[in-house]
Amino acid sequence: MATHAQAAAHDDHDHKPHGWRRWVFSTNHKDIGTMYLVFACTMFFVGGTMALVIRAELFQPGLQFVDPQFFNSMTAMHALVMIFGAIMPAWVGLANWMIPMQIGAPDMALPRLNNLSFWILPFAFTLLLGTLFVPGGAPAGGWTMYPPLALQGGDSFPMMIFAIHLMGASSILGAINVVVTIMNMRAPGMNLLKMPLFVWTWLITAYLLVAVMPVLAGAVTMLLTDHFFGTSFFAASGGGDPVMFQHIFWFFGHPEVYIMILPAFGVVSEIIPTFSRKPLFGYESMVYATAAIGFLSFIVWAHHMFTVGMPLAGQLFFMLATMLISVPTGVKIFNWCATMTRGSLSFEPPMLFALAFLFLFTIGGFSGLMLAIVPADFQYQDSYFVVAHFHYVLVPGSLFAIIGAVYYWLPKWVGRMYDQTLAKWHFWLSAIFVNVLFFPQHFLGLAGMPRRIPDYATQFADWNMVSSIGAFGFGFSQLLLPYIVIKCVKAGSKAADRPWDGAHGLEWELPSPAPFHSWETPPSAAIIARGAEH
Amino acid sequence: MTRTMQKSAAALIGCAFALLAAPAHAASGWALLNMPEGVTELSKKIYDLHMMIFWWCVAIGIFVFGWMIWAIVAFRKSKGAVANTAMVHSTKAEIIWTLIPVGILVAMSVPSARVLIDIEDARNTELTVRVTAYQWKWQYQYLGTDVGYYSTLAHESNTARQLQSGIDPQTVPNYLLDVDHPLVVPAGTKVRLLITAQDVIHAWWVPDFGMKKDAIPGLINEMWIKVDTDKTGRYRGQCAELCGRDHGFMPIVVDVLSKGDFEAWLATQQATVKQAAAPATAAPSIS
Amino acid sequence: MTEPREQVKRENARLTARLALMALGSFAFGFALVPLYDVLCAVTGFGDQKSLARASEAAPQAADESRTVTVEFVADLPNVGSWEFRPVLTSMQVHPGKLYETRFVAKNLTGHDTVAQAVPSIAPGSVAGYFHKTECFCFTPQKFSQGEERVLPVRFIVDRALPKHLDRITLAYTFYDQSIRVGQR
Repeated sequence: MATHAQAAAHDDHDHKPHGWRRWVFSTNHKDIGTMYLVFACTMFFVGGTMALVIRAELFQPGLQFVDPQFFNSMTAMHALVMIFGAIMPAWVGLANWMIPMQIGAPDMALPRLNNLSFWILPFAFTLLLGTLFVPGGAPAGGWTMYPPLALQGGDSFPMMIFAIHLMGASSILGAINVVVTIMNMRAPGMNLLKMPLFVWTWLITAYLLVAVMPVLAGAVTMLLTDHFFGTSFFAASGGGDPVMFQHIFWFFGHPEVYIMILPAFGVVSEIIPTFSRKPLFGYESMVYATAAIGFLSFIVWAHHMFTVGMPLAGQLFFMLATMLISVPTGVKIFNWCATMTRGSLSFEPPMLFALAFLFLFTIGGFSGLMLAIVPADFQYQDSYFVVAHFHYVLVPGSLFAIIGAVYYWLPKWVGRMYDQTLAKWHFWLSAIFVNVLFFPQHFLGLAGMPRRIPDYATQFADWNMVSSIGAFGFGFSQLLLPYIVIKCVKAGSKAADRPWDGAHGLEWELPSPAPFHSWETPPSAAIIARGAEH
Repeated sequence: MTRTMQKSAAALIGCAFALLAAPAHAASGWALLNMPEGVTELSKKIYDLHMMIFWWCVAIGIFVFGWMIWAIVAFRKSKGAVANTAMVHSTKAEIIWTLIPVGILVAMSVPSARVLIDIEDARNTELTVRVTAYQWKWQYQYLGTDVGYYSTLAHESNTARQLQSGIDPQTVPNYLLDVDHPLVVPAGTKVRLLITAQDVIHAWWVPDFGMKKDAIPGLINEMWIKVDTDKTGRYRGQCAELCGRDHGFMPIVVDVLSKGDFEAWLATQQATVKQAAAPATAAPSIS
Repeated sequence: MTEPREQVKRENARLTARLALMALGSFAFGFALVPLYDVLCAVTGFGDQKSLARASEAAPQAADESRTVTVEFVADLPNVGSWEFRPVLTSMQVHPGKLYETRFVAKNLTGHDTVAQAVPSIAPGSVAGYFHKTECFCFTPQKFSQGEERVLPVRFIVDRALPKHLDRITLAYTFYDQSIRVGQR
């Protein structure tokens, strides 16, 4: 905090340490944001490689490449790395970069905490990825860690638990920083209902994080004591209940799903108005819908576990609550459509990713609605239909929104424009292959293929092959992203302060590249008024 | 009538997909694209529910995607569209697109609740089979008899599924979906399954019976099936909850016999058990 | 200029502390879910299965002779071979309200003295609140010397309020030797 005061007290703009010190001791929101994004991108390729091991093994029936135990490790690690290593840090990185710029603040409220919350992550993931090299192999009980199976893990088990504790701590610290920044650091005149939706969705996300990450920490702590200290929270032999773990886990797990998707709603709500050259339709209802989704996320957890044997009343309650989520989500989709209606649309790369989000997230929403129907869920549960569903909301959902956000704000970050033609190639390859990859998985699940299996009956061979082809196409297409970004940083043409003619918001009132300390003097009321034309 | 219409429309879409992407198996295209209708009372109700929700989604999808595509095509800047920046809010529109979805949800939830109540109605079962899951096999015990046995992956599949076995799975009949001793149940009879596990959580799933249920150590779960009288035959499924290394290799096979055949089968099994019986411990015998 | 900055710092610290407290509260809430889970199960009719392992105070009511419910008894062993454990009767026809007794037989074949505890479970799960046991060997751990065989009684009443759509209850016991733990093979 003192650092913040000092940093803000400096008059010379771009005073910053050089070399490795600039990064290791960084308290600057942009540098930390960059580190988060680079880290997320690295983990995205690590997790992606694991996904390709999975899809390579599933290319044909029979076991060609890996042992089933290692296959199980890949599915568990792929999920952990992608969720906690790629998607969540990417959102925190974007929050770091954009929130101070969008609310008229010089930096995040708690810069040293910011440094800490980032630097925990490399240690957490060294520990997690280190499990690949210990006797007994990496965790193989799924990212959901259901006991008693998770308790069968070898040396990797305590390492995984500790890594999750670290990731959780990092997320909580990051979330606290976001809340404090948004609540206390807004420029005078930037009241809550003038904030851009990205800031709004992140505020709600941050509260969700503070509320549920500690619950996960509690759940895995109980696993740890069950394994090593003779407690029996989840062991039936000692009067515990393995199903209770699932309840506690999903009490965390469902809000976690929204933690990954709410900021995406925010990004899409920025991009679509910009490229429709028209303010966002129904700004306030978007805010309320986000809050409603955040609230509902706490009372739907048991829909992840309908097959454990719940009484009728419980099944009905969780079915209805889950279906209810589609109402605020629908409001959002309709508002985005209404934003485009009577607009003046152009299709630069960020808009293309936002539109793909709109189409494909809706498909994920449909399969989500189907999964809410309990009797039908008895068939869908733990089949590839579920795999298709959550990948549709996470890949063309969260991930496309992240990529769209990078293409949207990159000119502001580096002051240079990227190769838009190449970015459009990146888009079309991603959008086509993501469907080749995940759409057939709906069919596989409906036809009866369970998830998390390393080998399958021959009638599933065709669609698995199609899906694997899509996976390799999608995976290799993503290499374009770092290439485009690096090329832009090194040799992009100079970008204007407002590179998108329809863009509104305080970040576009700053020069490109944005100065090291964003708003050293708070923006004037006139600038805020211009920026808040949502 | 609507069902046949639905089916033919769905089949049309399905065939189109199958022809596009899976030429090798075009003949069995539909089975590879959709949930099986199944062979029990409940599985058909579940299938109908699944199709009902699916068609609701298609209808909503036509509207939403239609709107998106219309907006994208009609309001292109390149075609000279000028933005109407005053169009930012409409309470009327927001109320409409909140209330209509609520109405649709009610229309979906009523039949769903009805099927759920049918599923929960476990009265008047005539036969109980205990299903116990192990890493990585199933055990079936017929309650009130001494008949009980384990059911594990068939030898041929097990050989072929080893890492780099060199055996082409396509040459193995019912690769990974065959067992040594299938569960045997009578058709036209309400059979209750008492499902539990001994080590970790598993799940018993035969898609043709419409349902799966978790097998949880220390807890006993029940589910019932009533296969149509004319649907005798062999049905296959798999463990559906990750249960460790060989989770993918503990299939379920169920032989559905006519009532008479089942009685005969059970009597033979009983006789075999009695013959083999060492001094009677009534602990569930295992063949 | 310093004063508002100091004030912001103070406010930041206050809000940070409050959020940290909220995180700690959530952590505690995670653990509180353990007892809450049983309470919720009992209150919502989910069926608190753990109540089956406690003695019930319920007294016999007037038997409802018009109604017959089948109660089945099932015995499970997590490690086949080292114990013998079975119900004497596999099922009983009972009238709700009336007190019944049945027995299980357990024999220690582990080759050493040991302590074992039976963990009860009932299907369907929602019945737990309607199944009262006044006596059960599952309430406490049972000592068994090597080779010892014991008859273990269970006394129970099926509540008259048992929902009408149920005609069959299964009471299952899993017999855990304390030397083993589930999940550790």
